[in-house]
Amino acid sequence: MRALLWRDLALAVRAGGGFGLGLAFFLIVTVLVPFGVGPETARLSAIAPGILWIGALLACLLSLDRIFALDFEDGTLDLLATAPLPLEGIVAVKALAHWITTGLPLVAAAPALGIFLSLPGPGYPWLFLSLLIGTPALSVIGTFGAALTVGLKRGGLLLSLLVLPLYVPTLIFGAEAARRGAAGLPVETPLLLLAGVSAGALALLPFAAAAVLRVSLR
Amino acid sequence: MLELIDVSVARGSVPVLEGVSLALGPGEALVLRGPNGSGKTTLLRAVAGLQPALAGRIGGQENVAYAGHADGLKASLSVSENLRFWAAAFGTRDISTALVAYDLSALEVRWAGNLSAGQKRRLGLARLLVTGRPVWVLDEPTVSLDAASVALFAAAVRAHLAQGGAALIATHIDLGLGAEVGVLDVARHRARFPAASGDEAFL
Amino acid sequence: MSLWEYANPVRFIRVTDRVLPVVAASALGCLVVGLVWGFFFTPDDYRQGSTVKIIYLHVPAALMAINAWLMMLVASLIWVVRRHHVSALAARAAAPVGATMTVIALATGAIWGQPMWGTWWAWDPRLTSFLILFLFYLGYMALWEAIENDDSAADLTSILCLVGSVFALLSRYAVNFWNQGLHQGASLSLDKEENVADVFYMPLLVCIAGFVLLFVALVFLRTQTEIRARRMRAILARERMA
Repeated sequence: MRALLWRDLALAVRAGGGFGLGLAFFLIVTVLVPFGVGPETARLSAIAPGILWIGALLACLLSLDRIFALDFEDGTLDLLATAPLPLEGIVAVKALAHWITTGLPLVAAAPALGIFLSLPGPGYPWLFLSLLIGTPALSVIGTFGAALTVGLKRGGLLLSLLVLPLYVPTLIFGAEAARRGAAGLPVETPLLLLAGVSAGALALLPFAAAAVLRVSLR
Repeated sequence: MLELIDVSVARGSVPVLEGVSLALGPGEALVLRGPNGSGKTTLLRAVAGLQPALAGRIGGQENVAYAGHADGLKASLSVSENLRFWAAAFGTRDISTALVAYDLSALEVRWAGNLSAGQKRRLGLARLLVTGRPVWVLDEPTVSLDAASVALFAAAVRAHLAQGGAALIATHIDLGLGAEVGVLDVARHRARFPAASGDEAFL
Repeated sequence: MSLWEYANPVRFIRVTDRVLPVVAASALGCLVVGLVWGFFFTPDDYRQGSTVKIIYLHVPAALMAINAWLMMLVASLIWVVRRHHVSALAARAAAPVGATMTVIALATGAIWGQPMWGTWWAWDPRLTSFLILFLFYLGYMALWEAIENDDSAADLTSILCLVGSVFALLSRYAVNFWNQGLHQGASLSLDKEENVADVFYMPLLVCIAGFVLLFVALVFLRTQTEIRARRMRAILARERMA
């Protein structure tokens, strides 16, 4: 298991691994928003928490199809399935690797991008915290979606169609927590609900994803 | 070590083979023959546990080390990193034997992406040695290997058998493994439709 | 005789062939009676005027939008547990019907909402939930279309349906939390206080019965089609082998 995690991390940071692409996408989305809605500080700071959450969500979505597609194409997934590792564990490690290489950089970058959108001062810690709690759910839900579409032609677009509705609760609670934080309101309730969604997804979805993967491989 | 009893397999819910029975003990090898599309790959995938058998029983699946058409190599990992990863995945450590057996020691630090097709194949086969599993299930293992490499491979299989291993190999060429190696022609087990398939209920 | 015997495709087609005309005729009857009764023989609401009469389309469609998903959930569970092909195909057959019901509910809701709330669309929790439900239907149908092998498609869509149900429910509560809405309370409930007035109640029940029967008839018909298409593929496969 640990070997698989190290291998995935090494693959991500080496040439052609695509590490940082999600981050660049996040940056570009954030920069484009003021061009779309206008440069007024008041308007930007009102929508900043939501835009940052949506930007992080889309950046996360962008890299989902790599979770299994590359391993499927070169036969690694077949060989992993015959190794003495539980498929549920493999899926969980894959999701963890995706979170470390995609989710965590987004969490770290979000406060910096908040400056571009004039995020109000009290919002920074809560934006950071809500993304830190919420992005693991994005990764594990996305891993389930990636398992559903592995090996399908034109799987990329389908993956978005399947995963985005599943992202709704995470987005609502996460963005709500960030918004309330920015407005100086109490944030405990949405933050706890977000943590609940994350915990539930982490506990259950690896099993669903492993079941799906067994079907996809045969 | 490996036992198939009256096994039927299907490709995309169309049955291709039925009534396949075989048994492999220590030191035994069996070569599968049959024309393209006759179901060799499907049978081997079922033996490896990658797809369920339509009917029958497969025993000893946990002993199987499988090598299919794809080698499962990562282009941006070095030869030894690739092998070490698979060793760790199968809970073993030693990769030097595998490197020596397939003459890969000189290439150890090269990225797998920079290897030739034949060298990649050798690395893929070397992976079998680090799994520590006794039953090798190989699907066309000699594709893109030159004569010298085929000899290396045959030597590795012979050594594996001599150590009490077993091998089930789908191949078209003569590996020179000796006369005692059995041959199973899968064409004799071609499934008659409708076999025990999911779709028979619709007919 | 066990219920599971109807899971045999041939028997299913034989039985539904006999039942289908009856169900379709009663659906038509209920809808005609319910709609005519509702549109022409009930008084206008004292606050909402005649616009209230869209309730006879809106409420049954909304009910069926949810019930169709529930039926797919049950059928998916049956496929996962007992692997009856008819069950998987029935789930597949129900999805477009459910999606259409969702669209009808959303469209009639918009038409009703315009004079009442002065807007075609509001991000009200109920409306939003139905929009999300529609997205789930789209994803489910797209996944069926994308997978070539029938059994794999049935397996994967079943798991998607199970996971999707959990997340759809979660979204429902998340959306409630996110925005308290302007939608009126439930039109039908066991709590008498909340119910619509009795004059509207009976024709509404007839319309709901009509929609349920219509749904059953459409699902029977579409399941038959799926079975025949599957059968054709099986026959073609046999021809190729011979």
